Amino acid sequence: MLAGKVGDLKPNGGKIFRFGTRPALLIMSPDGKYTALTAVCTHLGCTVQYRPDLHNVWCACHNGMYDVDGRNISGPPPKPLEAFDVFIKGDEIYVQRQRNA
Amino acid sequence: MSALAKTADWLEEHFRYGEIVALLRKKTVPVHRFSYFYFLGGMTLFLFGIQVVTGILLLLYYRPTPNDAFESVQYIMTQVRFGWLIRSIHSWSANLMILTAFAHMFSVFFLKSYRKPRELTWLSGIALLGIVLGFGFSGYLLPWNTLSFFATKVGTDIPGQVPGVGHWILTFLRGGEDVTAATLTRFFAFHVALLPGLATVFVGLHLLLVQRFGMSVPPSLEAEWRAKPAAHREVPFFPNFLLRELMAWYVVLAILGALAAFLPWELGVKADAFAPAPAGIRPEWYFMFAFQTLKLLPAKFGPIAGDLVGVIGFGFAGLVWTLLPFFDRGKSGRVARWIAGAGVFVLAYMIVMTVYGYLAK
Repeated sequence: MLAGKVGDLKPNGGKIFRFGTRPALLIMSPDGKYTALTAVCTHLGCTVQYRPDLHNVWCACHNGMYDVDGRNISGPPPKPLEAFDVFIKGDEIYVQRQRNA
Repeated sequence: MSALAKTADWLEEHFRYGEIVALLRKKTVPVHRFSYFYFLGGMTLFLFGIQVVTGILLLLYYRPTPNDAFESVQYIMTQVRFGWLIRSIHSWSANLMILTAFAHMFSVFFLKSYRKPRELTWLSGIALLGIVLGFGFSGYLLPWNTLSFFATKVGTDIPGQVPGVGHWILTFLRGGEDVTAATLTRFFAFHVALLPGLATVFVGLHLLLVQRFGMSVPPSLEAEWRAKPAAHREVPFFPNFLLRELMAWYVVLAILGALAAFLPWELGVKADAFAPAPAGIRPEWYFMFAFQTLKLLPAKFGPIAGDLVGVIGFGFAGLVWTLLPFFDRGKSGRVARWIAGAGVFVLAYMIVMTVYGYLAK
């Protein structure tokens, strides 16, 4: 699944892309590493966002917090966000479901 | 015989309205220091009438699809003559109606009007409160803006937490796994067909029961009147009480008109299923206490999810509240005091959580 192009994102930034029918989140960490997660909060299904000020993933609905690997670290979310594999081909960034998940 | 008398005769022969007039003449309303609370139900009914009229007007232009919904409301607000006002009245009136319905319920609660033989009146009132909240929730989605989109996501996810039937309820409400075009069509059908039908039936039943049993007088006053029968006062329903009620409606209309004209209801930003939930997102004020509670619950209570505890807690509290007339039979003073205390707690909890919800970041 195409998530975006190299250069769409600056370090310490995130963007939502379509993963099938649902939103997913592509994050570029401050040191330039890409990660991708489902953007559907495991609490009540709101769409999460990357917070550059906190270096974390945040859900506006009920103040849930995840780290960039999707682990739920505070607030009401009961489970981590599903993480996807990210790989870069040329200048395009692709994302796929993890094999073992 | 004059033409007027002839018409009256014909109507009497074919409609027998004389019986209804006689009934209205006979009906009286007690007058006492709590009489003002008798207006609240009528005010709610008045606002419901406004909802029906303005709702029909909005239906003339509204289109229930994700591509058109937001634009059609935008069109109503910018192009249709007085469309902005009609929509603003509809939104404000909805909020005032929920407010008066809650006020009506709490006044009935504290004046103990739900006691025997009015159990069914209480139950039909609770059903109406559910219907009114259903109207609020389904109508909120119709403009298809960001706030309503996420509110619907969360609001439909909450019953989805219930073990067993939860997922079935979620898919029934959404018309699928996610909030999509199917959800909008469904909510539109609930809002303009299913709920109005149910409301008509339950309003009819509720009013019928009120007529059958007459206005309830608080137990404390009944005791006073027994001790001093001269203090007992009442007025005919028609025209005395009705005229007073009309004055109350007039005040409601003035408040509604001022709110709708000076604080027009906003439309917001069109919903985008692939945008993050905006910061500061919150539900309508009447769901705020529940929203704030969910926000404060930890992710887990031992092995059980925090939300599930919240959902079960609210469900259980709602059930107890509904069955109240069957607990309080008016025989034990201790039970009555406990119930009044619980009512104060519920009201205080709702107010504190609502205020907290607005102040908290």
